[in-house]
Amino acid sequence: MEMRVNAGKSYGAIAMDFDFAVSGERVGIFGESGSGKSTLVGMLAGLLQPDQGEITLDGESLFSSERRINIPPERRRIAVVFQQPTLFPHLSVESNLLYGFRRTLPEQRTIDFATLVDVLNLEGLLERGVNNLSGGEKQRVSLGRAVLANPRLLLMDEPMSALDDNLKFQIIPYLKIVSEQFKIPYFFISHSLVEMRLMADQVIVVSGGRNAALTTADQLARVRMGSSPVGYINLLKVKTPRRVEGLFAYSWGNRELLISAGDDQAEALFELSSKDIILCKRHPEAISARNLIACTVANTFVSGNRIGVELACGDQLMVAEVVESAAEELGIRTGSELFAVIKAVAFRRLG
Amino acid sequence: MLTFTPADYEAIGLSIKVAITATILSLPLGFLLSYILTYGVFRGKLLLEVLINLPLTLPPVVIGYFLLILLGRHGWLGGMLEAAGIRIIFTWKAAVIASAVVGFPLLVRSIRIGMETIDRQLIHASRTLGAHWYDTLFTIILPLSTRGIIAGSSLMFARSLGEFGATIIVAGNIPGVTQTIPLAIYEYAASPGSETMALSLCVVSVLLSLVVLIFHEVMGLKLVRRS
Repeated sequence: MEMRVNAGKSYGAIAMDFDFAVSGERVGIFGESGSGKSTLVGMLAGLLQPDQGEITLDGESLFSSERRINIPPERRRIAVVFQQPTLFPHLSVESNLLYGFRRTLPEQRTIDFATLVDVLNLEGLLERGVNNLSGGEKQRVSLGRAVLANPRLLLMDEPMSALDDNLKFQIIPYLKIVSEQFKIPYFFISHSLVEMRLMADQVIVVSGGRNAALTTADQLARVRMGSSPVGYINLLKVKTPRRVEGLFAYSWGNRELLISAGDDQAEALFELSSKDIILCKRHPEAISARNLIACTVANTFVSGNRIGVELACGDQLMVAEVVESAAEELGIRTGSELFAVIKAVAFRRLG
Repeated sequence: MLTFTPADYEAIGLSIKVAITATILSLPLGFLLSYILTYGVFRGKLLLEVLINLPLTLPPVVIGYFLLILLGRHGWLGGMLEAAGIRIIFTWKAAVIASAVVGFPLLVRSIRIGMETIDRQLIHASRTLGAHWYDTLFTIILPLSTRGIIAGSSLMFARSLGEFGATIIVAGNIPGVTQTIPLAIYEYAASPGSETMALSLCVVSVLLSLVVLIFHEVMGLKLVRRS
């Protein structure tokens, strides 16, 4: 997928002007509320007409003020998963799912209804009315409906913002499976850096109705570490838990982490803030924290008044942050050997 | 004891026929105009809105007089219809037109209120899923406007049953031809000794109104349960 956007729209004194070119399958659009993300989504989907400029998708002009082209939304084949599930309340789950499918040309139908129902685990819901579904089920139906329209691009406009934290991270695997299995490129729009890092390879940062240069979600998280109240969020994939004295011992690469908020599921994703990692030069003699991990400094970076320390812990990486004086005292430089001290309660379960 | 003459039965039948015909004929245009007023962005929208709502504020007699000028033998439209062999004025069709014009704003208002409660995102979702605007109109907007349509139709039907001022000007008060319940009551009220007959027709009016209101409520409840 290759998208080129050079388009603007004004709302009175507020002017929005986007200019970027991006190619790839997993693109993120990151920005705070009111930054212009929804306007951009509307312009890409054909729901909002730009005042001027050009938008092309895979070389085809979707909008051009110069050439007076404005392809209507139904002919763009760009499906949208909205913030709210926006299911048609007068139709059953099955009819909702088939709404776009029935309007797709037979030769464009590459996604099979039964396979999608199986992938999204919707078998038991097909006959039900949409008002009887939970938030997570609604969003899965909304995702399935968009995918069954066989779009060439999927716009996911903050699809998890209406869900609570538990449901959010239950939906992410579905979003990933759908895009991987059915090979649909997507734009993932969010104001959450964690979601962005889980869903996007490249990120367009939108602010004040304009966009900055392309970056990666991880790079963005590092740049923002110093100014963010939660610091840099490490995303740790762990597996094979076993119970140890009221805690859960998870394998993390070739290391082990002791976590209090665990359960018996074979695999899990936890977040750990860079602010919750204490660095020591030597092994502490006795300490209440349950995780003492020997690691090597792989890299350092500056973010605001903080020093980000990328630690190689066996075959895994995580980022801690320290102030400059602490970095000097610890003698932090690439290759330094340190101990990372982390409390078992510092990990937060994501999925 | 209720007493009815054969002419009263004809008046009751004609009232129902006129109200049903006016409502059914007005529905498609009312729905289309509600759609245009709710979702359209165009110059002259305000003017269109004022024109549609004008019969609400004008005395029905004035509306009747304008219709008489328009549909009369020497009127702009009436002349053309007369040439084509169609006569409207002083027929039951004139009563239908009078009822339709007077009740039309109520129909459009109710449907519009129904349409305005539809989440715009549903319409956007439908369009991005490949539906043309007319496809969205019939598969999303129309079914989700059902409550507004029922409310508007009930209101218009009830208003048509009670229409007097415009009808008497364009359709006259011809027993068995254009005399509806209100016109018959008017005639009885003006004739000494006909109080029982007038009262009987009043009771019929009340019963018809109750039926319309009950139908409206039952359909509303059914729709709520279904959703």
